[in-house]
Amino acid sequence: MHKESEIRDPLIIGNKSYHDITVDIARPVEGKANKYWWILFGLSLALFLWGIACIAYTIGTGIGTWGNNNTIGWAWDITNFVWWIGIGHAGTLISAVLLLFRQKWRMSINRSAEAMTIFAVVQAALFPLIHMGRPWLAYYVFPIPNQFGSLWVNFNSPLLWDVFAISTYFSTSVVFWYIGLIPDFAMIRDRVNKSTMPLKKRLYTMLSFGWSGRAKHWQRFEEVSLVLAGLCTPLVFSVHSIVSMDFATSVIPGWHTTIFPPYFVLGALFSGFAMVATLLIIMRKVLHMEAYITVKHIEYMNIIIILTGSLVGTAYITELFIAWYSGVTYEQYAFLNRATGPYWWAYASMMTCNVITPQLFWIKKIRTSIVATFIISIFVNIGMWFERFVIIVTSLHRDFLTSSWTMFSPTFVDIGIFLGTIGFFFVLFLLYSRTFPVIAQAELKSILKSSGSEYKKK
Amino acid sequence: MKKEKKYWKSLEQLNGDPLVKKFTENEFLEEIPVDEFLSNKENLSNTKTNRRDFLKFLGFSTAAATLASCEAPIQKAIPYVVKPDEIVPGVANFYATTYFDGHDFASILVKTREGRPIKIEPNQSSVNARIQASVLSLYDSARLKSPIKQGNAVDWKIVDAEIISKLKAIKDKQGTIAILTPTIISPTTLQLIEEFSSEYGNVRHVMSDDISYHSMLEANKKCFNARYLPSYNFEKANVIVSFGADFLGNWLDEDYATQYISARNPKDGKMSKHYQLETNLSLTGSNADERIQIKPSDQAYLLSDLYQALLRNKSPEDGRIKKIASDLLKNKQKSLVISNSNNQDVQILVNAINKLLDNYENTLSIRRPSFLKKGNENSVSELIEDMNAKKIDALITYHVNPLYTSVKPKIFNSALKNVGLKVSISLYADETASKMDYLCPDNHNLESWGDANPRLGQYSLMQPTIAPLFNTRQFQESLMKWMDSPNNSDYYAYLKDFYSDVNWNKVLHDGYFEKRDLAVSVSDSDFNIPLFKQSNDNGIELELYEKISMGNGSQANNPWLQELPDPISRACWDNYLTISASTARELDLSNRNVSNGGLNGSVVDVIGEGVTLRNVPVMIQPGQAHGTIGLALGYGRTHAGKAGDNVGVNAYPLLKTSKVKLVKLDKEHEFAAIQLHHTMMGRDFVKETSLADYIKDPKSGNHRETFAYKNEQLTPDKLSLWKEHDHKTGHFWNLSIDLTKCIGCAACVISCHAENNVAVVGKEEMRKSRDMHWLRIDRYYSSEMTPEHAKKNKVSTIKMYKDMEEPSASPEVVFQPVMCQHCNHAPCETVCPVAATSHSAEGLNHMAYNRCVGTRYCANNCPYKVRRFNWFQYSENEKFDYHMNDDYGKMVLNPDVTVRSRGVMEKCSMCIQTIQQLKLQAKKEGRKIRDDEAKTACSSVCSTNAIEFGDANDKDSKVHSLKKDERAYYLLDHLNVAPSVFYQTKIRNKA
Repeated sequence: MHKESEIRDPLIIGNKSYHDITVDIARPVEGKANKYWWILFGLSLALFLWGIACIAYTIGTGIGTWGNNNTIGWAWDITNFVWWIGIGHAGTLISAVLLLFRQKWRMSINRSAEAMTIFAVVQAALFPLIHMGRPWLAYYVFPIPNQFGSLWVNFNSPLLWDVFAISTYFSTSVVFWYIGLIPDFAMIRDRVNKSTMPLKKRLYTMLSFGWSGRAKHWQRFEEVSLVLAGLCTPLVFSVHSIVSMDFATSVIPGWHTTIFPPYFVLGALFSGFAMVATLLIIMRKVLHMEAYITVKHIEYMNIIIILTGSLVGTAYITELFIAWYSGVTYEQYAFLNRATGPYWWAYASMMTCNVITPQLFWIKKIRTSIVATFIISIFVNIGMWFERFVIIVTSLHRDFLTSSWTMFSPTFVDIGIFLGTIGFFFVLFLLYSRTFPVIAQAELKSILKSSGSEYKKK
Repeated sequence: MKKEKKYWKSLEQLNGDPLVKKFTENEFLEEIPVDEFLSNKENLSNTKTNRRDFLKFLGFSTAAATLASCEAPIQKAIPYVVKPDEIVPGVANFYATTYFDGHDFASILVKTREGRPIKIEPNQSSVNARIQASVLSLYDSARLKSPIKQGNAVDWKIVDAEIISKLKAIKDKQGTIAILTPTIISPTTLQLIEEFSSEYGNVRHVMSDDISYHSMLEANKKCFNARYLPSYNFEKANVIVSFGADFLGNWLDEDYATQYISARNPKDGKMSKHYQLETNLSLTGSNADERIQIKPSDQAYLLSDLYQALLRNKSPEDGRIKKIASDLLKNKQKSLVISNSNNQDVQILVNAINKLLDNYENTLSIRRPSFLKKGNENSVSELIEDMNAKKIDALITYHVNPLYTSVKPKIFNSALKNVGLKVSISLYADETASKMDYLCPDNHNLESWGDANPRLGQYSLMQPTIAPLFNTRQFQESLMKWMDSPNNSDYYAYLKDFYSDVNWNKVLHDGYFEKRDLAVSVSDSDFNIPLFKQSNDNGIELELYEKISMGNGSQANNPWLQELPDPISRACWDNYLTISASTARELDLSNRNVSNGGLNGSVVDVIGEGVTLRNVPVMIQPGQAHGTIGLALGYGRTHAGKAGDNVGVNAYPLLKTSKVKLVKLDKEHEFAAIQLHHTMMGRDFVKETSLADYIKDPKSGNHRETFAYKNEQLTPDKLSLWKEHDHKTGHFWNLSIDLTKCIGCAACVISCHAENNVAVVGKEEMRKSRDMHWLRIDRYYSSEMTPEHAKKNKVSTIKMYKDMEEPSASPEVVFQPVMCQHCNHAPCETVCPVAATSHSAEGLNHMAYNRCVGTRYCANNCPYKVRRFNWFQYSENEKFDYHMNDDYGKMVLNPDVTVRSRGVMEKCSMCIQTIQQLKLQAKKEGRKIRDDEAKTACSSVCSTNAIEFGDANDKDSKVHSLKKDERAYYLLDHLNVAPSVFYQTKIRNKA
C-alpha cells in the first residue's frame, strides 16, 4: 500500500471512514438542494437566458450590434474565447499531468476541475461560432467533402488549427472525465432504491456501464486512465499554443511574437488554477466538502498560481524587452502604447492582477487563508481577461497606418453575451454539482488510509 | 358567309346530345349532400377522420405552408419584346453628354447598362466627385414626379393651360415677368429666353450664382469693359500665388488641377512654385509648396502691399510676402495671382497685379474668357426690391433655391408673397419650390437635351441617356410650350436646328466641338487702383467655404456625397466651424475622443451681424489661421429629402458676414470623422523629398529599409520565406499612385462607389469607424515633434510619441489614397480558414463573397486595414434607408458587381469586372490588351493621372516603367507583403 510521510499534511480531515466518504459525496446527489444552490442557480439561469437573447439578437441582426469596427475586427468575442479556453486548462493539467506525477492531492479536486474544463470549453467554443458574420455557414470550416466544386478548407489558417485543437481537446477531456466517473456513478447506482426511484436507478445504471467493482474492472480502469492521461498531457500544451498562433502567425505588432505559445500556456494554467480555486472555495462551502478539499489543497493550488503567475510576469517583461531590443519602431510603439496609450488602464489592471497580487501568496498566512485566496483568485480571473483584451484590442486599435487608428467600446450586447456565458457556465456547473459525484470518491478512498488525518495520527 | 370553326370532344357533343349539355352545365350530376352530411351529427361523430388523421392533415398543411413560404418572392424581369439594336444585355453603352447644374460643368461620358445610366466618366474635361455622384441623384425618389399645383399633383395640360392664360393676362396688362436662373451657358436656352421675352414683352432674365463671382465680373467690367471671368492656364505659370482661391477644389472650373499638375512633374527638373495665402485649410492650400495663414481681412492689405512692391520694384512691407514678390518679379508673364475675394476693389487690385506682371494673354486671358459664372448680385437685389414693390407679376425660377441660398431668406419670402404668378422649374420640391404656385418638374441632366458654351469657342452637347423616369419635362420645352405656338415644343429639333452648321451626328457622338469664335474685345480703362491698409481689429473673422462633397448644397440628398469624408477634416454628414487649436483654447472650446473613438466637439452659437446660427459644432483644424473660423456652405437643408434634411447648419445667411462672436453652449456634438489620428507618428507611409534633393538624387527620400543578414544588409524581399507566385507569365496587374500628383480631390472615391456598389452606412456607423469605402484617401499632417527633434532635445520616448500625436499648427499636408494593396504575400490569404480570399495568377487578391463566413481574421491581419466588413445588411434594410433600400436608387447598381450581404468581408477588387471584360474583348478581337484600355474606376477619373493602372508584364506599359522609377516604393515595405500597388514619392518644391 501507498505510504506517505508523517510530516505531510493530511488530505482528508476528520475521522472519516469509507462509508462516510460515500455518504458525504453522494449527499448532494441524493439530498435536496439548499438555499444557496437555488439562489446561485436562479442568478446563473437569468444571466444565461439574457445571454441567449443577446446571441439571438446578434445572429438576427448582425455583428454590428457589437462594438467592433473595421480596425478592431475582434474584441470581446475573441477575448472571451481565449479567456474561457485558458480557464479550461487547469482541469486537464490536474487530472492528467498530476496523475502522471502521482500528486495525490489532485484526487479531491480533479473531478470538478475537469468538469470546469469541459464547461469552460463549451463557453469558449461558442465564441468562434457566434463571432462569424454568417454562423449558419459555420460548417464551411470543417473539411467536409462537398459538392461546391473543389472547395476545401485552408490548412494554412490558424483558425482552422483551432477547430481541430479545440475539438480534439474537448472530446479527449470528456472521455477522460467520463472514465473517471464510471465507478462513482456505480456507487450512486448502488445506493438508489429501485422501488422508490426507478428512473434514477435506471439512469445511473446506464451511466455506470455495468461497473461491478471487479478487480479486472479496476485494473482496466487504472490502465485506461493512465493511457488517457498520457494522451491528454500533450493536449494541455498544444491547445493553447495553437490558440496563441492565431496571433503569433499574424503580422500585427503585439501579435507577431514567438514567445506566445509558452506564454499562453502558462497564462492558461494560471487562470485555470485561479478559476478552480474560485469554484472549489464556493463548492466546498455550499456542498460541505471541507473535509476533502482542505486548506492544504488550496495552498497547493496557490503555490502553482505563484509559479505560473511569476512566469507570466516574466513573459510580460520579456515581451517589453524584446520589443525595445528589436529596434522595430512599430513593435516598440505597440508595447509603449499598451502601457501609456489610451488603454493604459487595461494594461495596468492586467499587471496588477496578474503579476503583483499573486506574489502575496509568498506569505503563508495569505496562502492558507480561504478568504484571501478567494479574493486573489477573482483578481487573477479578471487580470487574465484583461491580458487577452490588452493583446487583442490594444494591438489592433493602433497598428501600422495611423489613419485607421481608433478605439473600441463594448455595447450592451457584448457585455450581455459575456455575462451570458458566465451564467451558462454556472448553470452547467451547478447542475453538475447536484447530479454528479463532485469528488472522485473511488480514487479518494484509495488514499484515506495513507493521507486521512485520523490514520496519520496512528 | 362566315364559316365558324367548331371544336368537339366527342360525337355526342358534336351531335348536341342533351346529356352532354347537362354535363357541361353541371359538373356534378347529383347534388353534393353537404348540408345533409353536416347536419347529421351522429354521422359526423362516426366518420373515420379521427384525431390522428386531423393531426396528420394539420402537420401536412403546416409543412406545406412552411415550404411554400420558403420560396423567394417573385420579382418580374420583363425582357424586351423587340430588342433595341444598340442594347446587348451585359454590354455597356457609352454616351457623350454634358453636365451643368449652374455650379459644376463637365463634358462627360455616361456608361449605361440595359438602358440605365450607372456611371459618369470624364470626356473632355475632368469630373469631380459631385458630378460623378449626380448619377445617383438621377434615381433620387425624392425628385418631383409630376407637375404640382398648390400642393396637388396635376396633369401637364392643366398646368400649361393655366400658366399660359395667366402669362397672357400679364402680357395684356403689360406686366413684368421675371425668370430667375443660375448662370446659363447654353446658347439655345439663352436664345429661347430671348424668344420668350419677345413673346411676352416685359421679361426680365436674372442670373444668380449661389456662390457669387459678382465682384470679379464687375472688376473685369471696370478694368476691361468685359463682364466675364478670364480663362486661366495654370500650366504656363511658374509661380502661382493664390489668395484664398481653392482652385484645385471648388474655385470656378474643374480643369485647373490637370493644368496645375502638368506643370509639376519633377522629371522635368522643375515644378511650378505655389504659394497659398489663406484662412481655412483648403484642398489647394494642402497642396501648396508654401502656405501662409492670413485673416480674411488681411488679404486686401497684403495684395496692396504686393502691388506697390511690384510697382516700385522694392521689397514689400510685410515680411510674409517678401519671397512671393521677388519670385513674381523674376517670373513676369509666367506667373499668376488669383483671389477668392468677393470685393470688387480687391479683384481690381488682383487684375492690376497680373497686368503689372504682364500675365494677361499669357497665363490668363480675358479675351478668351470663361462663361461659367455670369450671376449679377445687383440685378438680384433689384429683382427683390421690385418684387416687394409689387412690380413683378410673374416669377419663373429655374434651378435656383433663393429661400435656402440667400443671405436674407425672410426678405425674399415676403417679396415672394407679392408676386401674382409663381412658377418653379425644379428637380425637387425644395425650400423655394415648395412655396410656389406651380411646380413644373424638370428633367435631370441625364434625361435632357442641351448644349453648353463654357469657354469661348468651346461647345459641348447634352443628350438624354435614359427616358425621363418620372412625369417631368425639361425647362426649355416648358418655355417653348408656354410661348404662343404651343405645338412647336420640340426642343430636340430646335437644338439640332441651332447647330445646323456642324456635323450633328459626329458632334453628338464626340460630345463637344470647337468653333472659331471671335475673341472678346477689351478696352483698358484708366483709374486709380484702390489700396488698403492693415486693419487692427481683433475680433473673430469668418470665412465660408465649399466642401468637395457638398458644393453649393443642391445635391444634399445624395447619400454618396453626404458620406464622402471631407478630404481635409475627414468628417462626413456634417458641417462645422473649423478653428485653430490656439483660438479654441482661448475660447474654451475643445474636441475629444470618446471611448469608442468617436470624435466629439463643443457646440457654439455663431452671432453675426443680424444673423445667429444656433448649435454649430466646432472642429479643431490644424492650419486654420489664428482668430478665424471657417464654415462650409451647402448644409442645413430642410426640403432636400430624407438623406439631406437637417444635416448640419445653413451657412448662407452668413455669406456677407465677416466678424462673428461665438457663444459656447453646454453640450457636445457627435461627429462622424473617419480619420481620428492625424499624424504619421514618425513613420514613413508617405515618403517625401524636395525638388532640389530629387534633382541631386532621384532616390532621395526613398531608401529602402535593410536588414542585417550574414554580414550583409538585405532588402526585405531578399529575406523572404514565401513561395513566390509566378508573375512572369500572363498579366500582372499593378497600380501606381503618384503622391506628387494626387491632390486629394476624392473623385476616385465616388467613382469606386459607383463602379463597385459600395454601400452607404449612415452617420452613426461612420462615426463608429465602420465605413464601407473600398478606397480611402488618408490625410496626414506634419507634427512639430519628430524623432530627430526628440533626439536633439533629449525628449523621452513617451513624451515624444505623445507630442507626435499633435499636428503642427501650420502643418504640411499629404494625401495618400489607400485601397487593397493586392499583396503577393498576402497576410489575409493565409489566415482565412475557408480560403474565401485567395490569390490570382494575375497578381490580384480575390474575395469570394459566397464562401466567406465572416471571421474578420483577414481584416485584423491586414496591415493596411482596407478590408470592409458588412456589419449589418446594408441593402433592402429599413434601418439603412439609402439608395439600396429604394426601388429607384437600386437602378444605379452596377449589374457586374455583387451587392454584398450581411456578414461577409469585402474590399477593393481592382475592378476585376472591367479587367475580365477587357480580356474577353481582346480575346474576341484576337489581340493583346492595349495599355490605354486598362483602367480601374479610380484611375479612369483621376484628373491628374496620379493613379495609373496596367499590366506590369507588358514592357511598354506605363506601370511597367513606373514600377522601375526611382520614386516607386511599397507601403510598409519592411513587411515584405509584396503589394501589386505601389506609390511614387511626394516631391515638394521647397527649399
